[in-house]
Amino acid sequence: MSHALPPFQRFLDSHRDAVWRFLVYSVGRTEAEDCFQETFIAALRAYPRLRESSNLRAWVLTIAHRKALDAHRGRTRRAVPVADVVAVDARAEHVTPARDEALWEAVGELPSRQRSAVVLRYVADLPHRDIAAAIGCSEEAARRSLHEGLAKLREVVPA
Amino acid sequence: MINQRQPDTEAIAGVLRREASVEQGRAADQHAAAEAARRVVERASAEGLADVSYTVADSPFGALLVAATRRGLVRLAFPEEEPDTVLERLARRVSPRIVEAQAPLDPVRRELEEYFAGRRREFGVALDWALIGPFGRRVLTVTSEIPYGGVLSYAEVAAEAGSPRGSRAAGNALGSNPIPIVIPCHRVLRSGGHLGGYGGGLHRKRWLLELEGALEPEPAA
Repeated sequence: MSHALPPFQRFLDSHRDAVWRFLVYSVGRTEAEDCFQETFIAALRAYPRLRESSNLRAWVLTIAHRKALDAHRGRTRRAVPVADVVAVDARAEHVTPARDEALWEAVGELPSRQRSAVVLRYVADLPHRDIAAAIGCSEEAARRSLHEGLAKLREVVPA
Repeated sequence: MINQRQPDTEAIAGVLRREASVEQGRAADQHAAAEAARRVVERASAEGLADVSYTVADSPFGALLVAATRRGLVRLAFPEEEPDTVLERLARRVSPRIVEAQAPLDPVRRELEEYFAGRRREFGVALDWALIGPFGRRVLTVTSEIPYGGVLSYAEVAAEAGSPRGSRAAGNALGSNPIPIVIPCHRVLRSGGHLGGYGGGLHRKRWLLELEGALEPEPAA
């Protein structure tokens, strides 16, 4: 028997940080706000119909992934989303010392599935099974996308 | 041999992990996420997507949790009740689309404030009886008609509710009143003048009855 759904407010409070980080790294800070609204409003609409409550984080990141794809498609030119993050961070008071800007820029330039796989794995900390669910492919394909993404990053950035 | 100097993907993964965890702890991002979440709730309320809104209302008893649906006030919980438990039960029994929003509860908060200040004798806010079963509905309907300053006995309420089960069953229904104070179950006493029981604690039942002038204040010891 699946657990009862938590009140939506608690679901929102529990997953807002993961969704926010995923979106900032996927679409950039400027578009993250809109995608965040769209994600949780869509989640709220669908919420009472959910039967399975065991993995709400993977579920909401699946929605966030779709909204991020929509945002990418909606762009007239091919922007580099992570560049936004870097630009904001450069002005920020607390510049993260360990930040590797070239690396995140390279993440932003990955093909969308690879980018989502990398961000879901290392920013949202999802296991492969949940990444597969979020981007709508097999677990094997998710592993492959992640591996291909990492291989591309290796070419660009000396670790 | 050609790849000898190239780091493997694990090394890149290690950098990503470290970078992401540095980002994760950033207060600025957490603040931005919290603000974005607040705007989600605002929009949900404005567009009527939330089925239940809740907030806290200050009172002489401490913070009361109040929750309302589109129909009206559905729950009022005393400070001792664990908010998570109250909200989880609402999620199961009413709807999981529950958000923390103050505006829909403003009329209730205002009326409670006036009541506790002795400036209000009747509550005008609409009620949602969703958490009340058929028998409870009969008992609490009778109860809600007891005027300010008046009292009835459990036996009288049971009789008025047409209960074959008598005053004990009526007492149980009163004890599980999900909207105390507003549905005035504190106005039901045991025959002979004993206070009987109260979900919010007997000291509060006495306090409410004294406020309403139904009981003489206890002389100081």
